[in-house]
Amino acid sequence: MSEQMRRVAIDPVTRVEGHGKITLLQDADNRVHEARLHIVEFRGFEKFIQGRPYWEVSTFVQRLCGICPVSHHLAAAKAIDQLVGVEELTPSALKLRQLLHFGQTLQSHALHFFHLSSPDLLFGFGSDVAKRNIIGVIEKYPETAVKGVKLRKYGQQVIAAIAGKRVHGSAAIPGGMNKSLSREERNSLLADIKDIIAWSQDAVSLSEQIHMAHPENHDFGKLNTNFLGMIGPKGELELYHGGLRARAADGSTILDQFDYRGYQDIIREEVRSWSYMKFPYLSSLGKEKGWYRVGPLARVNNCDSISTPLAEAARKRFKAFANGAFVQDTLAYHWARMIEALHCAESIELLLGDEDISGDDLVVTGEKRDEGIGVIEAPRGTLFHHYKIDEEGMIRKANLIVSTTSNNQAMNESVRSVADQYIDGKEITEGLLNHLEVAVRAYDPCLSCATHAMGKMPLQVELVDADGRLVDRLTKGSDGRIERSM
Amino acid sequence: MSDTMKENNNTITIDGREIPFKEGQTIMDAALAADIYIPHLCHRPGLKPHGSCKLCTVEVNGRSASACTLPAAKGQEISNNTEALNGVRKTITQMLFVEGNHFCPACEKTGDCTLQAVAYHLDMLDGHFPQFYPRREVDASHPGIVLDRDRCIMCELCVRTSREMDGKDVFAITGRGIDAKLIVNSASGKLADTDITTDDLAAHICPVGAILIKEHGYEVPIGRRTFDLHTIAEPGVEPVILRKGKHADEH
Repeated sequence: MSEQMRRVAIDPVTRVEGHGKITLLQDADNRVHEARLHIVEFRGFEKFIQGRPYWEVSTFVQRLCGICPVSHHLAAAKAIDQLVGVEELTPSALKLRQLLHFGQTLQSHALHFFHLSSPDLLFGFGSDVAKRNIIGVIEKYPETAVKGVKLRKYGQQVIAAIAGKRVHGSAAIPGGMNKSLSREERNSLLADIKDIIAWSQDAVSLSEQIHMAHPENHDFGKLNTNFLGMIGPKGELELYHGGLRARAADGSTILDQFDYRGYQDIIREEVRSWSYMKFPYLSSLGKEKGWYRVGPLARVNNCDSISTPLAEAARKRFKAFANGAFVQDTLAYHWARMIEALHCAESIELLLGDEDISGDDLVVTGEKRDEGIGVIEAPRGTLFHHYKIDEEGMIRKANLIVSTTSNNQAMNESVRSVADQYIDGKEITEGLLNHLEVAVRAYDPCLSCATHAMGKMPLQVELVDADGRLVDRLTKGSDGRIERSM
Repeated sequence: MSDTMKENNNTITIDGREIPFKEGQTIMDAALAADIYIPHLCHRPGLKPHGSCKLCTVEVNGRSASACTLPAAKGQEISNNTEALNGVRKTITQMLFVEGNHFCPACEKTGDCTLQAVAYHLDMLDGHFPQFYPRREVDASHPGIVLDRDRCIMCELCVRTSREMDGKDVFAITGRGIDAKLIVNSASGKLADTDITTDDLAAHICPVGAILIKEHGYEVPIGRRTFDLHTIAEPGVEPVILRKGKHADEH
């Protein structure tokens, strides 16, 4: 650290999950020069699945996450399909996987927006922490909160019908699926789908209205970045399988319809000493300019259309907001997220009406190979699973680039931008903490879900001057009270 | 049951219920014949009793004994389903869990695993004891069978099945106490160099997923696995030997 820099550390004392820590590096003029969002959890899945059987992996790796386990399950399953030499699933297996993934994305998006982010957006970032949580939303906006809770519940019901459990079930097996949906299961889900679509439309309207009503937030954590995501053969929004498209901030195409099995030719990962999370970048642009954003904002910006009519109409309004250019507002992630939720709801209705999902032709076999790469659009962005196996079928090497990793640099940049805007001289304020959390949460709830799960995340903030002396310490206790302990 | 066994009028009493037994039967044999469940892991009808897991410990006229090895005898007063005995059985089951590496959430045997089912039956909610995390070798050398020693509970069902039912001698336990481990009878110590095949009963007998058929995990959906549909204590569940890919409700 330069002698002209100060270090501000925001360090959660305890967290149930998603343990994050933020360090802000200030220069002599008290400007935030750099932000470091430390990911201090060590997951280690890439290492400890080595030596395990390949057919076990898709069930094993879903334990990476409790919010989007299906995405890990399916990304691994797609890689394993390649290991068993299967390029094309049966129509029944493919549609069941798509349906499972739509259910997953719907429930994750509903959780992200309603349970975790809507308290910030509805009450204001600096509002009373005791009320800034889903319980507070239920009290003040009961209709909105109930719709959000029911949207999530419905997504989980779709998952449970296919995978046997709402969280961490079993569904995909090498070359296919282990069960189809009965007529009764389909009819049971179809009974509620009209409401689900209507509530998803309401959610799009709500997120759009919130964004429009707060022009002061349009620049909140805003970045001009490249976008990476998967698209369908016609350039449409695609969440399960397609080619990769990367576009630069000016809308120009960096790559399109790229076969993701060649991802190592286009993406590199940089390791930095202060975080367990790597920093991916597009190798053609280099470390400085090659970083990119993934997830709903990237996908809705990147695609040329959405295949379902209501979501497509919403996408057009979204594009009109930036006059056809990319919407780069970081808080517009939530708006894009709800457009995708609507697309999921519409797609679930279509698939539930498709006879193929009750078919019994579920598995195909092929010639075994020693390498498989599976990529999927998880709720928070493009997710890469890459496995190599030995001749005995055991995992020899694994590489996972999870969605949050792809957004790593962007999260750091948004945090830096927000901190620079809101930090006040040499004093750390509660308002600053709240704003930093909101910036991170636009991308990912996993780092901060303990906050709004109870609204009581303990935080400690330390201010260290250029000489390494502790000059201020602010502690937010689990009861929500802020204490200055210097 | 052997044809040479002769019926007699003798009875034993288990938890106050009088049941008949035939000459040559153990307490376990007589209990299973009367649809009385005594928790067990190393016992399997048709194989010689082993008496190693001690889960079937009962009190016979006030003294502890293994139901799977003690011959039934006229007038025995047996306590089985008591709080005290089930408490001991739960402790034994907890010790089995912590001595190995049993990660039920991702294990392909989950839902079909006897150890897991026994744990549920005994209301085991945690491992209680510190995990040992032993380092054990996976042997995936065989083209059709994988041996995952992490899950082995040393019940010797595979050892006995290979000898007594398959007419082979593929498995053995070596070492004593905490150093005991499952080994394979081949010069290389690898499963690939034995004469076991996927048609052998020993390849399917493992109650915990230490011996599994390769490349066939999770084919039975949740809701259709053995212990999704039955409890371990239900009559008739015991002899089910699951073949890979068969749904429990198809048996």
